[in-house]
Amino acid sequence: MLGGYWDSVAIFVGINVLMGVSLYIPMAAGLISLGQGGFMAIGAYTSAVLTKEGFSLALALPAGAGLAALAGLIVGAPALRVRGIYLMILTLGFGEIVRVFFLNFEPTGGATGLGGIPPLSQLHWVVLACAVVIFIAWRLRGARLGRAMIAIHEDDVAAEAMGIRLVTVKLFAFAVGAGIAGVAGVFYAHQALYIDANQFDFSRSALTFLYVVLGGPANPLGPVVGAVLVTLLPEFLRVVADWRMTFFGALLVAFAIWRPDGLLPAPRFK
Amino acid sequence: MLLQQLTNGLMLGSTYALVAIGYSLIFGVLRLLHLAHGEVFMVGAFAGLIVVLWFSLGPFAAVFGGLVVAGILGIILELVAFRPIRRRGDNYLAPIVSSVGAGLVLQEVMTKLFGAEQQGFPRQFAGAVYDLGIISITSTQIFIIVVAFASMIALHLFVTRSRLGVAIRATSENLEIASILGINVDFVIMLTFAIASALGGIAGVLVGLNFNAVSPFMGIDMATKGMAIMLIGGLGSIYGAMAGGLLLGVGEVLSVAYLASSYRDAFAFGLMIIVLLLRPRGLFATGIGEAR
Amino acid sequence: MTPLLQVTHLTRRFGGYTALADVSCDVAAGTIHALIGPNGAGKTTLFNIVSGVLRPTTGTLVYEGRDYTGTRADQVFAMGVARNFQQVRLFKGLSIVENVMIGCHARMGGLVRDLANLALPKPATEIAARRRALEMLELVGMGSRTTGLPQELTLVDQRRLEIARALASTPKLLLLDEPAAGMNPTEVRELAELVRRIVALGITVLLVEHHMRFVMAIADTITVLSAGRIIAQGPPDVIQKDQGVITAYLGPAP
Repeated sequence: MLGGYWDSVAIFVGINVLMGVSLYIPMAAGLISLGQGGFMAIGAYTSAVLTKEGFSLALALPAGAGLAALAGLIVGAPALRVRGIYLMILTLGFGEIVRVFFLNFEPTGGATGLGGIPPLSQLHWVVLACAVVIFIAWRLRGARLGRAMIAIHEDDVAAEAMGIRLVTVKLFAFAVGAGIAGVAGVFYAHQALYIDANQFDFSRSALTFLYVVLGGPANPLGPVVGAVLVTLLPEFLRVVADWRMTFFGALLVAFAIWRPDGLLPAPRFK
Repeated sequence: MLLQQLTNGLMLGSTYALVAIGYSLIFGVLRLLHLAHGEVFMVGAFAGLIVVLWFSLGPFAAVFGGLVVAGILGIILELVAFRPIRRRGDNYLAPIVSSVGAGLVLQEVMTKLFGAEQQGFPRQFAGAVYDLGIISITSTQIFIIVVAFASMIALHLFVTRSRLGVAIRATSENLEIASILGINVDFVIMLTFAIASALGGIAGVLVGLNFNAVSPFMGIDMATKGMAIMLIGGLGSIYGAMAGGLLLGVGEVLSVAYLASSYRDAFAFGLMIIVLLLRPRGLFATGIGEAR
Repeated sequence: MTPLLQVTHLTRRFGGYTALADVSCDVAAGTIHALIGPNGAGKTTLFNIVSGVLRPTTGTLVYEGRDYTGTRADQVFAMGVARNFQQVRLFKGLSIVENVMIGCHARMGGLVRDLANLALPKPATEIAARRRALEMLELVGMGSRTTGLPQELTLVDQRRLEIARALASTPKLLLLDEPAAGMNPTEVRELAELVRRIVALGITVLLVEHHMRFVMAIADTITVLSAGRIIAQGPPDVIQKDQGVITAYLGPAP
């Protein structure tokens, strides 16, 4: 295997890939969320509480993912009535509410955070989880559900007139995305070993958004490429030491101008 | 007691309103979520602080400094981070990415220039306290309320009475028609950025004075709250942003006084969700909300 | 025999404007029924109501003897009422075949089936839907244009593609909103043949059209709308001689 440091880098890259895919799926249906950090927090806290009590990861993982997906359904319900910028700000608000909730929720440590989480995130499990969600995202593109999502994204009035049930497809996309963000949270908690509410703040959600838009929101592999790039880029920017964020920010601006539609184009499906 | 809370809320709310108006103006003409607007606000606050610390000038000069520097910064951002993307098509996600990048740059540059620590205005700025019996108010608080409301009135007069202001409103109704009608859309957009950013800069100085704290990260919370207010007021509605800002300021102060103070930062979003459930297009819907 | 579609006392208002006022009309199964009238007569509004995209202010809709007033558009589609759009509304992110496959979606099983299919390399429903989509493209005369994106097609082919998409669902009632718009005389003749072929498959066609020669050539029944009201109804030869219709189109005789 890789050395300890690179092992850890690889796990964090994998977690961010999971986050990227977690947003790619709702975005394929035109649902842009700026609150994926909130779902991640739910997965992280839920699983950490369980494993700290001695439960295995095999139980904590589905519990974290399931609760996050449930939260996705609850947030998704009002989200059915709004779209575009409204939805982005609505989900941003949800993410902030989750953060403030955990900041004040004493049973999970409140402002001091939750420490002493067992180190259960092994690289091969993270890789497997990434493989599964990438597979799902790829298969969706050529399946009934994925086509319905794209149709809704393009023109929801025409999609509904062509027999697509908007409620089902939108809620599905939103809840699956939230569940995947929950999985990312589970692995994050058991890799960082200490979590506090501010690790899941708006910048986490904004980064997730970057993964998808930079990688290419119309390509199932887009969020993967985006997450890997954005996560590793600051590592490579170590040469500019103190000005890393400045370079990173400038690169984002340059990239948005150079490739407004993202790195990977939409795949040509027959 | 309640009257005191209302006064404090109105003061806080007036600064929220200034930030939210900026979001609304920019959203109006470009349908853009400008995620670096909080950083513009922060740079404005620093500009005000510098005017005071380096040139030993008073609060009015500080506000003026914040206004000018933030306004110029807004123009630069439009020219560097947004206009080149518009030239390449009507993608609406890329400018958001670009604004995130610009925000990161501004945060780090300000950290490098002024340090990551909070800085305050000199002591004499705390001002006199006037005890009016039922409420007590400091000269700083009076200053903040007067400047914020004067700015809003000035904006109102500008968008209703001047040709350029009307051009901004026309552009926000429909960019294409505005350009067919001979409005120089690029100029109007730049002007909108300048005005929105200048208002943000004023708000930065006022908030800096109010909490006596200026830091490179003060824009983050303000940005998320500003966006929530824009939705509460109705996307693209200037007056909605004003009303929403005041409503949130009063609501926050009251929630701290009568509810749990630690949930104060979630109040904006709770209010936003309730408003959206009751009135999906905000309190002052303008009809452009459905765009995308 | 009861009509396939019965529209009864239908009224639709937008704010203070009345787009349709007390419209009643029956569409007999197996016929081509045309809806004509000057611009702004309310034809597209009627289409939107029949297909569930809009709800009527008052009035009822009955399909195969069942009242379906207020039913959502996707459910109306699943009942067997398919449509095209006057302003073509294809899905730009999907290929030509995939656009047609969207029409098969309603008959491809539910969410559980979808999830099971994700694990299968070539799900049976997927293969069947693709085959059906290709047949429909063949039917509308686009057998040689099945790859690529819809926006790469000419407007006429885009209209054909929309018809294929609607047909893919095996509808019983097909609503065509100005299918001949932008077509040259040859293409209009081909369209007339296509519509006859569709009717031969047992599908009833309700169409809105401005192209009078086309309408008079293929319609069994014509309903004439003007300013939201029905002013005449009957077979083409009767409508052609109707003084009210002539007045509505040309203005009162001097």
